Amino acid sequence: MITIIDYDAGNIRSVQRACSEIGVRSVATDAQTEIINAEKIIFPGVGAAPSAMSYMIEKGLDSALAEAFACGVPILGICLGAQIILDSSEEGDQPCLGLVPGKTVRFQLQNRSLKIPHMGWNEVKTVQSHPLLDGIKPGDEFYFVHSFYPQPVEEKNIYALSDYESSFCSALGFRNLFATQFHPEKSGRLGLQLLERFARWDGTVPVIPTASEGH
Amino acid sequence: MLSKRLIACLDVRDGKLAKSVRFVDTIDIGDPIEKASQYYRDGIDELVFYDINASREERDIDIEFVEKVAAEIFIPFSVGGGIRSVEDATRLRLAGAEKVNVNTAAVKRKELITEIARAIGSQSTVLSMDVRRADTSSQIPSGYEIVINDGTTPTGIDALKWARMGEELGAGELVVNSIDADGTKEGYELELTRLVADSVGIPVIASGGAGEPEHLYRAFTEGHADGAIVASIVHYGEYTCRQLKEYLDNHGVKVRMNY
Repeated sequence: MITIIDYDAGNIRSVQRACSEIGVRSVATDAQTEIINAEKIIFPGVGAAPSAMSYMIEKGLDSALAEAFACGVPILGICLGAQIILDSSEEGDQPCLGLVPGKTVRFQLQNRSLKIPHMGWNEVKTVQSHPLLDGIKPGDEFYFVHSFYPQPVEEKNIYALSDYESSFCSALGFRNLFATQFHPEKSGRLGLQLLERFARWDGTVPVIPTASEGH
Repeated sequence: MLSKRLIACLDVRDGKLAKSVRFVDTIDIGDPIEKASQYYRDGIDELVFYDINASREERDIDIEFVEKVAAEIFIPFSVGGGIRSVEDATRLRLAGAEKVNVNTAAVKRKELITEIARAIGSQSTVLSMDVRRADTSSQIPSGYEIVINDGTTPTGIDALKWARMGEELGAGELVVNSIDADGTKEGYELELTRLVADSVGIPVIASGGAGEPEHLYRAFTEGHADGAIVASIVHYGEYTCRQLKEYLDNHGVKVRMNY
């Protein structure tokens, strides 16, 4: 069972439909206790950071999500849900959830023929392996609609990059939390496969020893 | 970088797929959801459903139909035809449409674009424009005029002026549909597409006239379009979505090939 946080930030039904397509039961809720006790959480979102944060705080969902995160519940953030997990956002002055160190920034493009929002299909390039990105190949594209993107402080939290004039972080992860700037629920078969992997994920990330560690 | 989008348009009438020729004669060519699923599996990037007579008959789009589509198609799709209020737009968005197209109602009352953009966001608000060639005049300096009610009524509004105004009012995307080219399979109206694409900062989708893969190539290169709508060229099985994309890919246009 996947618990989808319903915090008045856009259309959560498309996420529910995608869960049902992959044969996973889901429930949408804005109740604190259901979120704290969830087996798995999807934290979706379309819309603006300030109003989303206000709603989260008003309903006590900020502390509920933080508690679930601390308890090791596997969490998948999508779009706005990949942005407000950081400390702050350029979209408004309000502090964000601060689950991952970093901030959300706005695209600053030099090329005036490139449009904002960044909307459409773009390649997602894995820069570190992660159970949720398992099987993604060069050239695999996902659907994006956004004007802001997450910028984690630590490189180790960046799992995938995409290009829009320059590189930006399109997937990040920290412990039992993973988040995509793109919409897996709108990204066809490849997106549904990512959701299937999330449905199977236990929240752990295998540590792959690097050569510099010498073993 | 973003891929160029191949968008299949399905004209729906009474739950059936229809195809118009120059917006006049329509024929029934099958089940729209079945076709949509086929295109989805074959790599279409986006779908648009028009309830072609909703606007003329002042009817509403069928919400149940939109929900059925959303349960089968896991890529973005938009709906249009007969959207006259923020409530219409919000209901369709909640039913699963990623974007909502306004056309005639926005020409009649332009504030509608702003109202819908405020309610569901600019990225979900598409201004669809039906355009016909006209004599260049002080009123129509570009030589392209906006027509409404499925192409039946000229408005005296210049298409380029309307495109810019649409962007200012909050539209997040423009569909430029040439009534002259629609259903002819002789190619998109490239000059019109380029004129619009070069004068706005939001994505522009070319519509009307695709008959050969080369037409798509030219819409993206010469027409500067971000996406192109196909209908007849795929509805009758002359080309599959895959074949169109392979042509584009082979000719150096960036399109989504893994799906």
